Amino acid sequence: MSKTMNLTLHVWRQKGGTDIGGFETYKAPEISEHMSFLEMLDVVNERLLADGKEPIAFDSDCREGICGMCGLVINGVPHGPNAATTTCQLHMRHFNDGDEITIEPWRAAAFPVLRDLVVDRGAFDRIIQAGGYVSVNAGSAPEANGLPVAKPDADRAMDAAACIGCGACVAACPNASAMLFVAAKAAHLGLLPQGQPERYERVKKMVAQMDAEGFGHCSNHYECMAACPKEISVDFIARLNRDLMRATVVERDHEEKSGGAG
Amino acid sequence: MSMAKAITLSDTTIGKKVVMAVTGLVLYGFVVAHMLGNLQVFMGPEQLNGYAKKLHDLGPVLYAARAVVLVSLVLHVVMVVQLLSRTAAARPIGYRLKKNQTTTYAALTMKFGGLALMLFIVYHLAHFTFPGVSMAAGYKHSATDVYANVVSGFKVPWVTAIYVVAQLFLGMHLYHGAFSLFQTLGLSHPRYVEKARFVAQTLGIAVAAANIAMPVAVVAGIVK
Ligand code: HEM
Ligand code: FES
Repeated sequence: MSKTMNLTLHVWRQKGGTDIGGFETYKAPEISEHMSFLEMLDVVNERLLADGKEPIAFDSDCREGICGMCGLVINGVPHGPNAATTTCQLHMRHFNDGDEITIEPWRAAAFPVLRDLVVDRGAFDRIIQAGGYVSVNAGSAPEANGLPVAKPDADRAMDAAACIGCGACVAACPNASAMLFVAAKAAHLGLLPQGQPERYERVKKMVAQMDAEGFGHCSNHYECMAACPKEISVDFIARLNRDLMRATVVERDHEEKSGGAG
Repeated sequence: MSMAKAITLSDTTIGKKVVMAVTGLVLYGFVVAHMLGNLQVFMGPEQLNGYAKKLHDLGPVLYAARAVVLVSLVLHVVMVVQLLSRTAAARPIGYRLKKNQTTTYAALTMKFGGLALMLFIVYHLAHFTFPGVSMAAGYKHSATDVYANVVSGFKVPWVTAIYVVAQLFLGMHLYHGAFSLFQTLGLSHPRYVEKARFVAQTLGIAVAAANIAMPVAVVAGIVK
């Protein structure tokens, strides 16, 4: 027989960006251990709707751990108590009957709350727009042996590319720093041959945008790595630091003198 | 159309941390040298006063070294003020419940500990370097007898207490600082991260313990 549980939720409710917001308490009776955390919220929302109340707004899309939409801070930990797991992949069997669960949105000035648990992560998009791309027509997949990539570089690029841009790193960081995200995005292009021509310009532009968005600085607490559902390593932050030093000191010659297209 | 601005390293939060790491390393070097010099108090008055005289006789070299330390300290503090003032705005609304998973007490107390160190540095200079500003009643400063200064200075229990507390903050600052600076400079490697943590911890404890031993030895009557 599968276990069911009765839970008490303390949920951040906020009507919109200008609303002050506050916590509301909800009962969530008879929750099946097989539900995901989001399905549990779906059930709560259906009851709220049936009672004529506003459902709790939260983000989700793929519900299979790959899109990065579903960030919630659950009992003080981004994406909840399970390591390497997004909120949508977190199952209720990790909770117990009678538990009280506090659910909050990502907290960062750069991620303003839109409604309840939904935040605007547009700052991440603008960082990518600033430099997280390659300016060549990559076309369709090239012939596999046409452009050799060393195995360790390919592996590391893949590790970095695992970042789904969910923002848990920012949410977890005591400084609300976006260093792990920026480091992963810069590394996944900077480790590959197609990413080399713009490697140092890219790092400068992305870091400048990161700072402009109002994220905090990095104090090397490593909370980001602990919260990351894709277990991105802070080693990419060391690499970002190296690349930025190089970009601003050694590679100054490659500075763009005028604006390019785009 | 976007212009690729020519950014300088020190404009960025990363660059400011790089400056903190480099100046922190200089300050760390000073702290160790200062400690090794002072530990000669355990070898008697002749040894310590002789060492002090040798330092003094270095003349311009000593002043150059002091200038490097002072400039490093000023840069370190200017950078931290710049960083903290922008990061203070990075999370205007905090969490009701936040559980940290990996960070350390030492890392979380860098701000408060740094402030404590700043206050301590001012007090310490007033105590031993600029005679006449001493806050301990009955303390007589001698320009040549450093040993006597140490003994009479630390005979006052509350003075010793300030030093002991300051060294606890120093030990923690050195621990997270040494651990953190290699990451900031991009020199860390995941393979050595636990070893680096151990070395940083051990050195931090060793420096704090050695510095605490001196005033405590005076209070205990071992150095007299
Ligand atoms: C005894 C002298 C000092 C030494 C040896 C020292 C050393 C260091 C080192 C090595 C770091 C690590 C830099 C990095 O993360 O890359 C650091 C960080 C820091 N220092 Fe100092 N420091 C000293 C004095 C001070 C003072 C007087 C203050 C404050 C006024 C201060 C405040 C800080 C803060 C807040 C950080 C953390 C910055 C961050 O990552 O957010 N330090 N220090
Ligand atoms: S909803 Fe896509 S990762 Fe969770």
